[in-house]
Amino acid sequence: MTFLQLNNLQKSYGANTVVKQFDLSIERGEFVTFLGPSGCGKTTTLRMVAGFETPSSGEIRIDGRDVTNVSASRRNIGMVFQSYALFPNMTVAGNVGFGLRVANRPAAEIKARVDEMLEMIKLPHLRDRYPYQLSGGQQQRVSLARALAPKPQILLLDEPLSALDARIRVSLREEIRALQIKLGITTIFVTHDQEEALSMSDRVVVMNEGRVDQVGAPFEIYNDPRTRFVASFIGTLNILDGRIVDPATGAVSIDGQDVIAGRGLAGAQAGEARSFALRPEALTLGPGVDGRNVLRGVIAEVAFLGSVVRVRMRLKESVIIVDTFNSSAVKPPALGEPATVSFAREDMIVLAAS
Amino acid sequence: MSSAAAPRPSRRRALSQQLGAWLGVAPFFIFALMFLILPTVDLLIGAFQDHQGAFTFDNIQRLGQPSIVASYWLSIEVSAASALFGALFGLALALAVLRGGLPGWLRPTLMTFSGVASNFAGVPLAFAFIATLGRMGFVTLLLANLFGFNIYAAGFNIFTFTGLTLTYLYFQIPLMILVVTPAIDGIKREWGDAAATLGANQMQYWRMVVLPVLWPSIMGASLLLFANAFGAIATAYALTGPSLNIVPILLYAQIRGDVLHDPNLGYALALGMLLITGVSNLAYILLRSRSERWLK
Amino acid sequence: MKRGSFGAWLAVALGVIYFLAPLIATFEFSLRLKRGEYSFEAYRLVFASGNFQSSFLYSAILALVTIVLGVMLVAPTAYWVQLRLPRLRALVEFITLLPLVIPAIVLVFGYIRLYDSSSWLPLTGSGFGTDVLLTLGYVALAMPYMYRSIDTGLRAIDVRTLTEAAESQGATWPVILLRVILPNIRSAILSGAFLTFAIVIGEFTFASLLNRPAFGPYLQLVGATRAYEPAALAVMAFAITWACMGLIQVIGQGARGSSAGTR
Repeated sequence: MTFLQLNNLQKSYGANTVVKQFDLSIERGEFVTFLGPSGCGKTTTLRMVAGFETPSSGEIRIDGRDVTNVSASRRNIGMVFQSYALFPNMTVAGNVGFGLRVANRPAAEIKARVDEMLEMIKLPHLRDRYPYQLSGGQQQRVSLARALAPKPQILLLDEPLSALDARIRVSLREEIRALQIKLGITTIFVTHDQEEALSMSDRVVVMNEGRVDQVGAPFEIYNDPRTRFVASFIGTLNILDGRIVDPATGAVSIDGQDVIAGRGLAGAQAGEARSFALRPEALTLGPGVDGRNVLRGVIAEVAFLGSVVRVRMRLKESVIIVDTFNSSAVKPPALGEPATVSFAREDMIVLAAS
Repeated sequence: MSSAAAPRPSRRRALSQQLGAWLGVAPFFIFALMFLILPTVDLLIGAFQDHQGAFTFDNIQRLGQPSIVASYWLSIEVSAASALFGALFGLALALAVLRGGLPGWLRPTLMTFSGVASNFAGVPLAFAFIATLGRMGFVTLLLANLFGFNIYAAGFNIFTFTGLTLTYLYFQIPLMILVVTPAIDGIKREWGDAAATLGANQMQYWRMVVLPVLWPSIMGASLLLFANAFGAIATAYALTGPSLNIVPILLYAQIRGDVLHDPNLGYALALGMLLITGVSNLAYILLRSRSERWLK
Repeated sequence: MKRGSFGAWLAVALGVIYFLAPLIATFEFSLRLKRGEYSFEAYRLVFASGNFQSSFLYSAILALVTIVLGVMLVAPTAYWVQLRLPRLRALVEFITLLPLVIPAIVLVFGYIRLYDSSSWLPLTGSGFGTDVLLTLGYVALAMPYMYRSIDTGLRAIDVRTLTEAAESQGATWPVILLRVILPNIRSAILSGAFLTFAIVIGEFTFASLLNRPAFGPYLQLVGATRAYEPAALAVMAFAITWACMGLIQVIGQGARGSSAGTR
């Protein structure tokens, strides 16, 4: 059932509209990520949910209640910031207990709750340390504990991992997701890192230039991107220009070669120019099998990445990337060799006419 | 033979480079020794000597004279008053311009003005305040003509403790602004956002986060202002002169030989001054480094 | 606190009144020499006065010598500390703090005692010797500001690379300092120079106690004997300080463009 409702949100600064017609319903306990490049409006939207920005139009409802004009301090949300934002004059315990102290809870209750939170983030031994004595990863975990201590209805995270080392980023995002599932708290996560978005979320909202391009589960967004932007922002993607030959049979021509599209031609006209996308892992080196599409070209580059072998193949006008798993029995192809790749008809994504 | 000789020229070169560097900084240290450290140390030694050069505590004891103790107290009072009000008004002005939601151009204007005004001390400043609040001063006449309020009839006089403190504020307030601005800049906006999401209102945020974080800087800056006022003489000399017997004026008179020709007492006075300014500055530095560590 | 709060505007208003009133008052007072009308007579009298010209010239010359000596003392030190003697940094910075902690009156008292006519370096024994002592005192007073300025300037350029490049061309260290380093910290030196000038011109304590005919004691004398000329002098002193600070700002903004050219 819908817990957080964002209706037709819009935010403009003077003549500049930063968020346009944002509509979203979030279920209780759901983990939703706003994903997009910088300047796409994801942080502004998050700040509107938090109450730091007032929408120019539209409304925000939490659990049915209209909070559009309620101040941030009365929305009962927890927030984690990119720069941790721990209060430097308080210890870890002081920071975590801040929300409860502000609410004038009895001292015993505060202590018990702080202990509980510190156990949850596995840092009880740091309770008397000051923020400047902690590493970035530790500070962010304390920040999370502080946000969750007053039992908020919603958790908001604004690029919380962007300031951390790559190694810590991966372990911390698993921790955050595990915690979120255990507590069942409705969460909005903002990031520009598509790997974070795909690995953590129940649903991803891909934003571009203030607009929502697509909303869906990670699997959906990755395999069925609706727009060229979504397709190119998520993962590596081969984008080829071509032409629709016959929508009825699915015949299309990409880079001068004829193939059959398995899906996505609804409403297309014969002769129409379109873009087509192929994931590198959907392509297989080798002669095709019946029922599969085939593209011919020349090997331009081979990069051995360990578990993946990334091959660049030159077609008539484009260069495509082919990813194959490493196998000790199969040597990577040689440069300059003519080669063929094949792919299933359903794997070719027909992008919307721009 | 060549392979054995190869390492030595480079080590010799490194050594000669180091030697060159030491020679390069030598003039600075010689200057510091001759014109900063030795004169001061010599003065301090002189405080413990009598006219013949023998060791004695006599000068220190004579600091206990009522007139001299009164002088130190007066200095402490003037310095404390100008430090207290300078810190208060300077902090208020800095907070207003940096965080009060005012137009952005006010900040660079305030910083530039503070840079100039903190250097505009001494004799010209005294003249300026006499022209402003002296018996025939601009503001004095303005208040009398416009509001019928004669401040001199009401007991005010620019050539007093109050007048001197008021004049000192002209460079104390800007100094406070310059010293406390980096600390205010260090107050991150996310802290305010975080405090809001945790349910705090503005008052609670200021009381529980901002003021405690700023407190070491405010204390330290106040001590700096105190030391600054304690050592100042030119303004006082030009404004109140010998009528307000603060320690620097007393010392000035000793050096000039206007009073009893007793340089050793003068050295003891200087020792007292140096102790007070030294301790204040030390406390300022310690407080500043502590707050810098926090805000790392 | 996004919109300008009432308290903030009030604080600024009071601040403006407090800081502008003396400036307006002094200017107004300086125009009152001729009874019943506003005139620049006080300024005319000041400029015509021989004492004004000679004392201002004296202080100006001393200021220039102070600047040159200060740069010669500070620049190589900051350079060597950054390049080869980083462990001395704390000590050097402590020394540059001393003039700010030791009150000027204490320092000059120390000079008088240590360098009087019966000491090993009898500087106060002659007029010229005292001039030298006064100048060296000014170098000490201006040193914290000169050091901070030059040190910041040196940190903005890559001292190590410049030195190595010059050495590989066969330059010796005097050449390196003079032809390579100094030109690249020109704006830092100028900032320090203007600050030094402002300090020396207005300085009173040292000059008065060492009995030299500088601008500071002249100002004080005029204040004790004349009524309106002191106000005119105060206006001029403030204008000079503003000019120096303003030039420092201008140089500072120009520097951001020029230092990019060192690569």
